[in-house]
Amino acid sequence: MAGKTLYDKIWDAHLVHQGDDGTSLLYIDRHLVHEVTSPQAFEGLRMTGRTVRAPGQTIAVPDHNVPTTVDRAKGIENEESRIQVEALDTNAREFGIHYYPVSDVRQGIVHIIGPEQGWTLPGMTVVCGDSHTATHGAFGALAHGIGTSEVEHVLATQTLIQSKSKNMKVEITGRLLPGVTAKDITLSVIGHTGTAGGTGYVIEYCGEAIRALSMEGRMTVCNMAIEGGARAGLIAPDQTTYRYVQGRPHAPKGAQWEAALSWWKTLRSDDDAHWDKVVTLRGEDISPVVTWGTSPEDVLPITAAVPDPASFSGGKVEAVRRALDYMGLTPGQKLQEIEIDTVFIGSCTNGRIEDLRAAAAILKGKRIKDGLRAMVVPGSGLVRAQAEEEGLADIFKDAGFEWRMAGCSMCLAMNPDQLAPGERCAATSNRNFEGRQGRGGRTHLMSPAMAAAAAITGRLTDVREIAAPQMA
Amino acid sequence: MEKFTTLDGIAAPLPLINVDTDMIIPKQFLKTIKREGLGKNLFDEMRFDDEGNEIKGFVLNRPAYRNAEILIAGANFGCGSSREHAPWAIKDFGIRCVIAPSFADIFFNNCFKNGILPIALPAEQVEALMAEADKGANARLTVDLKEQKITTADGQAIAFEVDPFRKHCLMEGLDDIGLTLEKAAAIEAFETAAAQARPWV
Ligand code: SF4
Repeated sequence: MAGKTLYDKIWDAHLVHQGDDGTSLLYIDRHLVHEVTSPQAFEGLRMTGRTVRAPGQTIAVPDHNVPTTVDRAKGIENEESRIQVEALDTNAREFGIHYYPVSDVRQGIVHIIGPEQGWTLPGMTVVCGDSHTATHGAFGALAHGIGTSEVEHVLATQTLIQSKSKNMKVEITGRLLPGVTAKDITLSVIGHTGTAGGTGYVIEYCGEAIRALSMEGRMTVCNMAIEGGARAGLIAPDQTTYRYVQGRPHAPKGAQWEAALSWWKTLRSDDDAHWDKVVTLRGEDISPVVTWGTSPEDVLPITAAVPDPASFSGGKVEAVRRALDYMGLTPGQKLQEIEIDTVFIGSCTNGRIEDLRAAAAILKGKRIKDGLRAMVVPGSGLVRAQAEEEGLADIFKDAGFEWRMAGCSMCLAMNPDQLAPGERCAATSNRNFEGRQGRGGRTHLMSPAMAAAAAITGRLTDVREIAAPQMA
Repeated sequence: MEKFTTLDGIAAPLPLINVDTDMIIPKQFLKTIKREGLGKNLFDEMRFDDEGNEIKGFVLNRPAYRNAEILIAGANFGCGSSREHAPWAIKDFGIRCVIAPSFADIFFNNCFKNGILPIALPAEQVEALMAEADKGANARLTVDLKEQKITTADGQAIAFEVDPFRKHCLMEGLDDIGLTLEKAAAIEAFETAAAQARPWV
């Protein structure tokens, strides 16, 4: 019999019941909750007289709707947003779950604070009513997004009805060249497989270039597994993981740490494990990339030009035509000649301390292009505090960036941080869909360093040209 | 949950691939704390202009399709965000069945929890149905979940696959949570064992 993958092992360790019809009941170790996808679930509990089965394993934080201006203690102006955040306040209190209100310095994007507080640990099952739950897979945890009905199901039963996905291995061999980051890896993989390439699979990322990444970088990679269509992304835990986890507020301590560690060390795919699909990219072949269209698969090296719809096939021809029309681009136009109006650095993809360091390294001693709007939205209050301590906040402010409070902000523009119609943004977030950052807004996805470079020149820019000496 | 047995209705063609949940229901409508009332904003940015007037060419604005109960779309339907507001909006509009060559995983799941039947068919069959739907209001489809069969107005039948458990839940209108709570003993046993094996959780 073939060995097991990491996914198989975590699955087996959480199987409560296996039905005859192929559906399984899976135990959920951590349930993360935010204000947008949970009110109807709590309402459902109330209506049926049910309770939260494991409040100690349930963590809630408002992030999508919260203002990110420094004066946000004044309250939320938009009434619907305010009601949604207030509903979470009430639900968290009433059902007795862990809660980080807007006023708490530990508040931030749910996928950033889960790991930061040590809630996310290797070998766990983690769910949240949010597709980017995939982020937590960086710890070797099986983590994926669920819908609101499933949020209610997990609240009530601490389990989820699931059918097992297939196993896919994405291997990045060798090393990354200077100027190439985790974001470029994850975008390049999606460019390679397409946004449906991972549908039906759980991806395990492996290979030397993945091993060399920090936890922050690994979270960036797994965060976008969902953009590749996969249910979840995983990276086997190793020393880098343990070092990040140890000492976090909710990480195990003492004898429990030792016990946990010895189990975590078994969490790797066996050499003879069976893979249903394998994708291999050479680290050296990956360039700094940007997206040009309205799907994350519309990605090219920054040195390339806008493609011709005719060079695609099937339904993609029409989709590309529509995308170029929406994006206001013409085939053959050099990507580096595309001028931007806004720069957004933040989100659960790239709102961690290392991301801010990478952007600040490019911006140090420089100014953003006149007339540009640029903002940094740290992923959590603690990331913000650390960046201030390290002097990064001053670098951003001196360069002309707005220095914001933590939240999702312009990643999806549910709060007032939005693009105007036709405005073009260099963004470190994960989705470039039509209207994602504001109706008619045009989004180009890229790494924090590339976004910083674009801020300086006012157009999409090859970071290697701006920062050649630093990268040598 | 509302039962789904057979559906006889108008099918609206939406020949786009990668229709994402931001297109289905843009984020400005996610601020509700209710499940109902989202149908009026289904496909909002394709359906209405900046002033809130209907955009004439959009399929659901065309007279023939205003009461569509079936949607036929391109591959990878429902990709993007996990928002269940997407199926809520589809259902609230009156659509109970979506047919496409493929679906994004979370959206696919969410449909079943809301009494919507998503059907994945080979691309050629979807194209044929799309052509059928293009004929307008006379082109009704009948979707029979029990027999797992779609029948066109001129009597052609197409078989489809559906997971047996989900089929059962849809046909009976069963609440998942109730079903799972029947397994409370197994969950408790699991928790007891896990507390020994992984006490740090
Ligand atoms: S930062 Fe963006 S992608 Fe991440 S949870 Fe918030 S809205 Fe979703």
